[in-house]
Amino acid sequence: MTQLDLIRNFSIVAHIDHGKSTLADRLIQSTGTVADRDMKAQLLDSMDIERERGITIKANTVRIEYPAKDGKTYVLNLIDTPGHVDFAYEVSRSMRAVEGSLLVVDASQGVEAQTLANVYQALDAGHEIVPVLNKIDLPAAEPDRIRQQIEDVIGLDASDAVLISAKSGLGIPDVLEAIVTRLPAPKGERDAPLKAMLVDSWYDAYLGVVVMIRVMDGVIRKGDRVRMMQTNAVYGIDKLAVLKPQMVDIPELGPGEIGIFTASIKQVRDTRVGDTITHERKGCEKALDGFKPAQPVVFCGLFPVDANEFEALREAIEKLALNDASFSYEMETSAALGFGFRCGFLGLLHLEVVRDRLEREYDIDLITTAPSVVYQIYMKDGTVQELHNPADMPDLTYVDHIEEPRIKATIMVPDDYLGDILKLCQDRRGIQLDLSYAGSRAMVVYDLPLNEVVFDFYDRLKSVTKGYASFDYAITGYREDFLVKMSVLVNDEPVDALSMMVHRDRADMRGRAMVEKLKELIPRHMFKIPIQAAIGGRVIARETLSAMRKDVTAKCYGGDATRKRKLLDKQKAGKKKMRQFGKVEIPQQAFINALKMDG
Amino acid sequence: MEDWKNGGFGLYLHWPFCQSKCPYCDFNSHVAANIDQKRWQRAYLAEIDRIGAETPGRLLNSVFFGGGTPSLMEPELVAAILERVRGTWVQANDLEVTLEANPGSVEAGRFRGYREAGVNRVSMGIQSLNDADLRKLGRLHTVSEARAAFDVARQTFDRVSFDLIYARQDQSLSDWEHELGEALSMAADHLSMYQLTVEEGTAFGDRFKRGKLRGLPEEDTSADMYQRTQEICEAAGLPAYEVSNHAAKGSESRHNLIYWRAGDYAGIGPGAHGRLTLDGVRLATEAPKPPGDWLQRVERDGTGELPRGAIDRSEQALEYLMMALRLREGLDLTRYERLAGSPVDARKVTDLEEIGMVEVSADRVRATAAGRMVLNSVIADLAGD
Ligand SMILES: Nc1nc2c(ncn2[C@@H]2O[C@H](COP(=O)(O)OP(=O)(O)OP(=O)(O)O)[C@@H](O)[C@H]2O)c(=O)[nH]1
Ligand SMILES: C[S@@+](CC[C@H](N)C(=O)[O-])C[C@H]1O[C@@H](n2cnc3c(N)ncnc32)[C@H](O)[C@@H]1O
Ligand code: SF4
Ligand SMILES: [Mg+2]
Repeated sequence: MTQLDLIRNFSIVAHIDHGKSTLADRLIQSTGTVADRDMKAQLLDSMDIERERGITIKANTVRIEYPAKDGKTYVLNLIDTPGHVDFAYEVSRSMRAVEGSLLVVDASQGVEAQTLANVYQALDAGHEIVPVLNKIDLPAAEPDRIRQQIEDVIGLDASDAVLISAKSGLGIPDVLEAIVTRLPAPKGERDAPLKAMLVDSWYDAYLGVVVMIRVMDGVIRKGDRVRMMQTNAVYGIDKLAVLKPQMVDIPELGPGEIGIFTASIKQVRDTRVGDTITHERKGCEKALDGFKPAQPVVFCGLFPVDANEFEALREAIEKLALNDASFSYEMETSAALGFGFRCGFLGLLHLEVVRDRLEREYDIDLITTAPSVVYQIYMKDGTVQELHNPADMPDLTYVDHIEEPRIKATIMVPDDYLGDILKLCQDRRGIQLDLSYAGSRAMVVYDLPLNEVVFDFYDRLKSVTKGYASFDYAITGYREDFLVKMSVLVNDEPVDALSMMVHRDRADMRGRAMVEKLKELIPRHMFKIPIQAAIGGRVIARETLSAMRKDVTAKCYGGDATRKRKLLDKQKAGKKKMRQFGKVEIPQQAFINALKMDG
Repeated sequence: MEDWKNGGFGLYLHWPFCQSKCPYCDFNSHVAANIDQKRWQRAYLAEIDRIGAETPGRLLNSVFFGGGTPSLMEPELVAAILERVRGTWVQANDLEVTLEANPGSVEAGRFRGYREAGVNRVSMGIQSLNDADLRKLGRLHTVSEARAAFDVARQTFDRVSFDLIYARQDQSLSDWEHELGEALSMAADHLSMYQLTVEEGTAFGDRFKRGKLRGLPEEDTSADMYQRTQEICEAAGLPAYEVSNHAAKGSESRHNLIYWRAGDYAGIGPGAHGRLTLDGVRLATEAPKPPGDWLQRVERDGTGELPRGAIDRSEQALEYLMMALRLREGLDLTRYERLAGSPVDARKVTDLEEIGMVEVSADRVRATAAGRMVLNSVIADLAGD
């Protein structure tokens, strides 16, 4: 057990790509936590998807030991967090487990939308904040200007911001000293009954369910019997460890410490993040305030390509949800797709990540239906229905009106691109709420319908501003609008999984974009395929995918028989990524990509 | 009756050397300075003996010398091989003995010797009747050399075929129509016309990946070229009996028909594949590709083959389907069902029939002219589960 005043717990927060994970690398490396030969860039981004996309998706905790200038050795628990908006829940959750934050700001980019959002969250969590200006090795770095910007835009004293290059290692010793001298030590009572916060949990193929905790009061030891206060489940601790970042067993964890345990947990549902863990006997009286549940904003159906894999999918989703509290699911059935789940996500990237993880980590091929937000359907009889799936849209004769979710979007952008951003927001039915400047950067605030933002707004924003704009949003409420259900017919058959709700004024445009996109996404068949978008019985857009003209191997002799047969087998496997609608095969990727618009 | 007898039995011999490597070619062909043809002879004869012992008394329908460039073989080597073949199997009355020849003047000088050795058909790699394009294809011969060699071949052999590659870089439909007209006027009884395929691992393949292989026809143009080729050849009395092969009636290549009718064939030489049904089990045979490896194996181990693999009935059915649909005569449904243990999915056949890709009659499914153009999809459809 470590003395409280020798512990510092903090999260590293920043806008996406400002260098959080790289800073974590340097802290891990310079304290000798991981040997040089075992180091690699963004060490904590261990999932395949994280490495491929070069972003952090899951928050990760590491315990490091730091001999400070005052002659004492401190235990530091750092949590590296993701920067993308879709994973903001990871950040807020992580912040609850620590007392301070390193606010990393890229000294060549300055304050971005997520920088702001993170500061508000950190203040909310009562954190001490240490600003860190990163990437000062870049020629474009302007630490003085950015320091001023932090004070102007955020109102945070940045006079003693630490200047570093996480890439080269410059300034890292100063960061370590700042952590020890400027962040508070945790508080807690060693002799009080055990009170620990369930911060995270995940499924490990060898260890089963692994639970990460932050001890607030009391001491937890291997062999203890503990109770999860929300679910009342009781388990015996099999293994107690800290993450360095690999697991290192430890006999006990006291107040202020962060670690993991395993306890032969069978019911994945028993471990809810935000729950309080105490001893079975002589437990604490009052549970900690749980985490605010995440509010999913995009929904879609996930169905196994192979109907026999439904049970496997259920198991995989349960395990994955354990590791991702911001993702929700419930069972759903569809005439065309059979049994599956309707799942809720914090954004489209989140959706893609979850789908990718299910496919990779659990080896299940999935069909993803067109994503949708939740609409409120006010019926003429006075009842209100929530519509998660456009396919379930009730008969219009019974509908009084429809409301859709709106958001308040904050966008920061260099003023050169302001015009493009205003146009984009206008096109997406936005209402401007505010426009202000900080130097040559503009901050625009818009009221926008969520359904215009959720699918591809972020991508568009990035592309029209060459990556210079940043974006954050919060749901504000519901508002009535003229919304209609647009259905899509492929080869004259309606494809439910592609139907969507749109604003009537935008329907023609969206219908056109949709059929054009589908024409690209559906491979050519041996016959021509009409693709139509319709509202009610009226076709609003139509394209025809022409028949494939030539697909034949020129030469095929004796020596090719084996090769060709194997190729055919591979093709069959490739077909598994397709779903049959009537006589047409639609690639699963099409269901999401069809919604991404170029305009 | 054993299934392979529907296709007959042939012998394929692979000669792996060429004078230079063509940039589009992914065949097992190598350029070598000194080739000890006597040593190769011993190896081929030993392999014939080995396979002969496993297939005693079989009726042999065809022998094919393929390559590489078999017209680099000394006529004495070809003669020794054919003599051993005659002593090993019972020859069909109409035994076809084909040799692939490159149309250079040196090769033409050996034609008489090949005929005396027992070769009765040559297949010449003319590839193009346009000098500029021959150079782009990396060929060593010119059009006039090819024509001269072809004339010698016609005087020497009863049956002569040649190969053309079309849908080449910068070739227009009318360029090709014109060239095809010339080819037809040369009065061969058999023509193989392949659309240029960019194969991975070849010089063209690399160029293509780097975006440096320009001017290849778009799908529409290559489809038009293929369609016109069918029409023009049909009118000239050389209809396609297979996707890329045309012949006057009765002049079809018996050897290649063995492949497409899923018969048995022994494969001898580096990289050669074979299919042999022994004791009721159909085996796939394969030899290592590097010429030196193959020679060494034959000399050291007494066999040039890699370990054999059995092909079960359902795999056989799939191979039969894949091969037979390439032929105008199509697939025998009863034969397929016997192999597969279940019939071809009737609903799929009807669907394909409806869209004009296949036709069914007298217990056979055939790809139509339209179906042959998208045959890979037709096959994938029928083979899918
Ligand atoms: N030049 C320079 N590049 C840096 C520095 N720190 C990080 N980078 C680069 O910035 C990019 C993003 O770094 P990450 O550490 O992955 O950023 P992050 O904040 O963890 O990103 P997310 O987790 O996706 O939000 C990488 O290409 C890093 O190599 C630095 O000090 N100097
Ligand atoms: C075994 S090859 C070569 C025979 C002989 N060595 C020659 O080149 O003339 C048989 C035929 O396949 C064809 N061929 C080879 N590679 C090809 C390719 N990449 N695309 C189209 N046809 C090809 C050529 O027409 C060639 O004549
Ligand atoms: S095309 Fe013929 S000559 Fe050219 S390398 Fe291939 S086998 Fe040899
Ligand atoms: Mg990161």
